[in-house]
Amino acid sequence: MAGKGLSRRELFNLSAVVGGGLVLGRWLPVWAQTPPASLQPNPFVRVAADGTVTVWVNKSEMGQGVLTGLAQIVADELGADWDKVVPVQAEADPKYGNQNTGGSTAVRTQFEELRRAGAAAREMLVAAAAARWQVDPNRLKAEHGKVVDPVGKRSLSFGELVGEAAKLPVPEKPKLKDPKDFYLIGKPLPRKDSRIKVTGEAVFGCDVRLPGMLYAVVARPAVFGAKVKSYDPAKALQVEGVVKVLPISSGVAVVARDTWAALKGRAALTVTFEGGEAGFSSAKLLEQMTELAGKGGKVAASQGELAEAWERAQLKVESLFTLPFLAHAPMEPQNATAWFHDGGLEVWAPTQVPMPAREEAARAAGLPVEKVRLRVTLLGGGFGRRLVSDFVRDAVEVAKAFSVPVQLLWTREDDMSHDFYRPPSVHLLQAGLDGGGRLVAWRHHQVTCSIGQQRNPARAGQVDRGALEAAEPPYTIPHWAVEQTLVPTPVPLGAWRSVYASQNPFASEHFFDYVARQAGKDPWRFRLELLPEGPLKQAVKLAGEKAGWGRKLPEGWGRGLACCSSFGSHVAEVAEVSVQDGKLKVHRVVVAIHCGRVINPRLVEQQLVSGVVFALSAFLRGKITVEGGQVVETNFDRYDLLRFNEMPQVEVHMVPSQDPPGGVGEPGVPPLAPAVANAILAATGMRVHRLPWEG
Amino acid sequence: MPKFRLTVNGREREVEAAGDTPLLWVLRDHLALTGTKYGCGVGLCGSCTVLVDGEAERSCSVTVAQVAGKKILTVEGLGGEHPVQRAFVAEDVPQCGYCQSGQVMQAVALLARHPRPTPAQVAAAMGDILCRCGTYDRIARAIARAAQEVRHGR
Repeated sequence: MAGKGLSRRELFNLSAVVGGGLVLGRWLPVWAQTPPASLQPNPFVRVAADGTVTVWVNKSEMGQGVLTGLAQIVADELGADWDKVVPVQAEADPKYGNQNTGGSTAVRTQFEELRRAGAAAREMLVAAAAARWQVDPNRLKAEHGKVVDPVGKRSLSFGELVGEAAKLPVPEKPKLKDPKDFYLIGKPLPRKDSRIKVTGEAVFGCDVRLPGMLYAVVARPAVFGAKVKSYDPAKALQVEGVVKVLPISSGVAVVARDTWAALKGRAALTVTFEGGEAGFSSAKLLEQMTELAGKGGKVAASQGELAEAWERAQLKVESLFTLPFLAHAPMEPQNATAWFHDGGLEVWAPTQVPMPAREEAARAAGLPVEKVRLRVTLLGGGFGRRLVSDFVRDAVEVAKAFSVPVQLLWTREDDMSHDFYRPPSVHLLQAGLDGGGRLVAWRHHQVTCSIGQQRNPARAGQVDRGALEAAEPPYTIPHWAVEQTLVPTPVPLGAWRSVYASQNPFASEHFFDYVARQAGKDPWRFRLELLPEGPLKQAVKLAGEKAGWGRKLPEGWGRGLACCSSFGSHVAEVAEVSVQDGKLKVHRVVVAIHCGRVINPRLVEQQLVSGVVFALSAFLRGKITVEGGQVVETNFDRYDLLRFNEMPQVEVHMVPSQDPPGGVGEPGVPPLAPAVANAILAATGMRVHRLPWEG
Repeated sequence: MPKFRLTVNGREREVEAAGDTPLLWVLRDHLALTGTKYGCGVGLCGSCTVLVDGEAERSCSVTVAQVAGKKILTVEGLGGEHPVQRAFVAEDVPQCGYCQSGQVMQAVALLARHPRPTPAQVAAAMGDILCRCGTYDRIARAIARAAQEVRHGR
């Protein structure tokens, strides 16, 4: 089965656990299928008598490959046969630890814990074999699903041992393997979920199908902060298939026998809204931010005597950069399914935060959290959008009025106009060089909106440390300061893949190239000169070498490099672009990453390519405009993504390392925009002052 | 509610739905064929792509009345061992996977028409199917692999 993914039976387990009530017409918990003899020393791993190894994955699968990568860690320490490993998406339960999936933390935070989970099961299987053979367990090894006695040249399969192993005490501190013995960790194993995702069998949130289920959509106010003033359900109820119209906290829900009837009912519904931020315009906000950028901000971090150094500098350079609001736009719009029955509530949700979503469901239901089960389906993309559980609340509030399950779907327009947006920002950068061309002074004034302070207004007036991600210069500069000015906005804000690292390094890394060119320096060599020895410098060096830095390009082409340390990893990217007749084409992107120990190079490569595409979409076309308090770009016609025929050739290189693993989901995003901007600067001599690129 | 007869994945199906119901919702809500995805509802993203009488169509933009009596093929109807599906698995194409049914169906239609597609034909066919995760390079490799497999009759 190697390379073929999951078999039908295993697939059933997986699809059952990700919400496949469809298969049997009812929910079948995976433990109902527990074979009589099995070994389960902890919540993460079970070895069955038939040799199947089930791994409960506590982070949500949203494309980043946790069903494969996290299972790989457990399987290696256990000594499992990879073909017999079945990953299962864990439901929301404190026994699985912190299930929140964000900040590129899945491998970083789970590596040691999952190794211990696998090692505990391995020690018990080895002890059972040692007892049966009456030998010292230290001479035995567990590999490929067997306990092997190299001296006696004999082996026993895991399945033959589970009965005896299950009777042994669970080791508290199992001994971890010597990393030189890893045989799965570090291998480019194929994903376990590829097959179900090309056959239609994968169950995403909106694919949950339950008997008698109804479908709901919500008429929401287009203007941020507006509320329902009045509604009349009569016309909506005339639509065939509509069964109920009811107010909920986000608007007026229309519930029907199929999605189309619900949508037609919503269109027919008479509803008026009042209040809200109808006077808000993103253009005015950006004007205000630009004005503030010219004034001083709160010094958030600094070194040396910047004012003095600036005074003495021989060459002074300055630039202003402006970035827009952005939407997450995952391909699967927000949705959730809720079913009140037997005094409790069951929820199926594509969420990045299983426990907070379960708690939100409990609050909306008015039930204690123990009465709520929340099953995590596959996520059709996350990118930070599904860190918020508003869609779960919607579904629960509607389902409360029914005894049958209700699936609540957001349309694309709902999703685009009620996101938690990447905040806009304006950056003023200033640099001073001395007579010898040395960079002696650096000032970065960040003007942005605070996600943290919007959630927690009590912190207003303070510096938002979270917003300073990747804002400090990584270079050796004697005198520098990072200043911050925060501006409130009524537009809901949230974490967008790489969060503030999608802003700060765009400004500083693009500006760095401009400074280098003003000083007559090669930007790659200037970076190598000013970076301290360490992982970021290694990534910068590798990216430049692999890209063939300095090699001649055709007329009208340019090459640019940028780098950033974020989420525990260090990435440099080199972009090759052409600008001809005002048309920009990104031809090639070379990525070099230092992310510590690599668990699965195939998944790392996928995530970095994905980061490049995500960031390139934003660079070329990403922009959310708010006029009259409502979002202008509500579908893919005005919020277009990178397309197949625009895909650059992307190469990924990894700096070999035994350091603890770093993140990979986000770190590919930050260097892309400045690398492309630097390539445009090289090709045209023009800076990119504003995103998206306007030519 | 009017009744419509469709041939879906080789099976005769009768559905009771309003005539203006997009095929997408008939497949997903009436027939529980959830492999076909909703992404934008207006033919901009391609996640809902199916074949109607062999042609790739956005199922969100054709009504059940328009496809009555026609042969509809969804991703579930490919059977799992279609050369395009095998190639997508071999190249480990999907990430989140949500757009992949549409990508697969569009690729099936492409190879049916052009068994040896040129890069321009591939770009023209695939350019309208969005993937937020950015799996495009692997989709291109999977299409090349599938084309080769079809040519060699495997």
